[in-house]
Amino acid sequence: MARVCIVFDRLRLEEKMLGDQAQKMGHDTFAVDAKITQISTESKRGDIDFGDVVLERCVSYYRGLHFTACLEFLDVPVINTHAVAEVCGNKMITSLLLKKHGVPTPKTYFAFSSEEAMKMVEQIGFPLVIKPIVGSWGRGVFPLKDKDTAEAVFEMRDIEDGSHDRIYYLQEMINRPPRDIRAITVGDQVVAAMYRRSQGGFKTNIALGGDPEMCEITKEMEDLCIKASSAVGGGILGIDLMEDKERGLVIHEVNNTVEFKGLSRVAKKNIPEEMIRFALSHIRK
Amino acid sequence: MNCLECDATINIPEDAAVGELVSCPECGADFEIAKKDGSNVELKPAESVGEDWGE
Repeated sequence: MARVCIVFDRLRLEEKMLGDQAQKMGHDTFAVDAKITQISTESKRGDIDFGDVVLERCVSYYRGLHFTACLEFLDVPVINTHAVAEVCGNKMITSLLLKKHGVPTPKTYFAFSSEEAMKMVEQIGFPLVIKPIVGSWGRGVFPLKDKDTAEAVFEMRDIEDGSHDRIYYLQEMINRPPRDIRAITVGDQVVAAMYRRSQGGFKTNIALGGDPEMCEITKEMEDLCIKASSAVGGGILGIDLMEDKERGLVIHEVNNTVEFKGLSRVAKKNIPEEMIRFALSHIRK
Repeated sequence: MNCLECDATINIPEDAAVGELVSCPECGADFEIAKKDGSNVELKPAESVGEDWGE
């Protein structure tokens, strides 16, 4: 019997499903709230009980990322690793790695000031999509269809002036049906996939009310997802694909702390079971 | 359990766990279950959604 620890900051259905599944499989399972945990450079593995393996499931990206670094410092096996979390939490780094590893991905352009971003969009032409380099659930993602919209969005970025606002991540608008695909990879297998339809708007995020619908996992999809997973370092990942009408499937995002409650209701495989099995395989003897 | 904002009654499900969120049915405020020992429940205001929240 193994001891499986789930590190969380907000206990959602996914964390409860993982805990219940691990218990069902006969393992001792417990949850640790990152918000009320203290760790230091003087901490030793035995000082805090993190069990044999940790699934890091914080909803706050930076909290989870830094907590993972502490777990690795304590030599606790943690999924996903700090390196993977760091890559997947930043859309720019993810795009660069996907391209570098030959994964089909939308053309993405970067600028580091609003002035240069404006020059860039005029050179490339519209429409484009602007995304924050850190963020989820479609927040801060806007279609830029003309110069006026681009100027307004860039001016807002200048006014907000957050450290990430100075990084301009502009992506080609993919000619696709009004849906995208979310696949979940666990290690080197794709365990489930679904279509996410937009609710009439531009975004397809389930968090915004996008409608989930089962999607058959094709060989092409499987190969691309495994390649993308490998490009970012592997683990338990949520991979977002679009169906480009000319190029076929392209991968635009890889998510580190994947949400799966919607998909698990219709998936053929037991998603939490696959995740727990993968975690157990990382326990150091 | 009473709402920390408006004092309305919040029903805590028996199977609710520490770390879960509950909402006040009257004012809509969100709370996190900070402690739970049988029927004794302690709530604290839930964190608001951060810029870095998500997957």
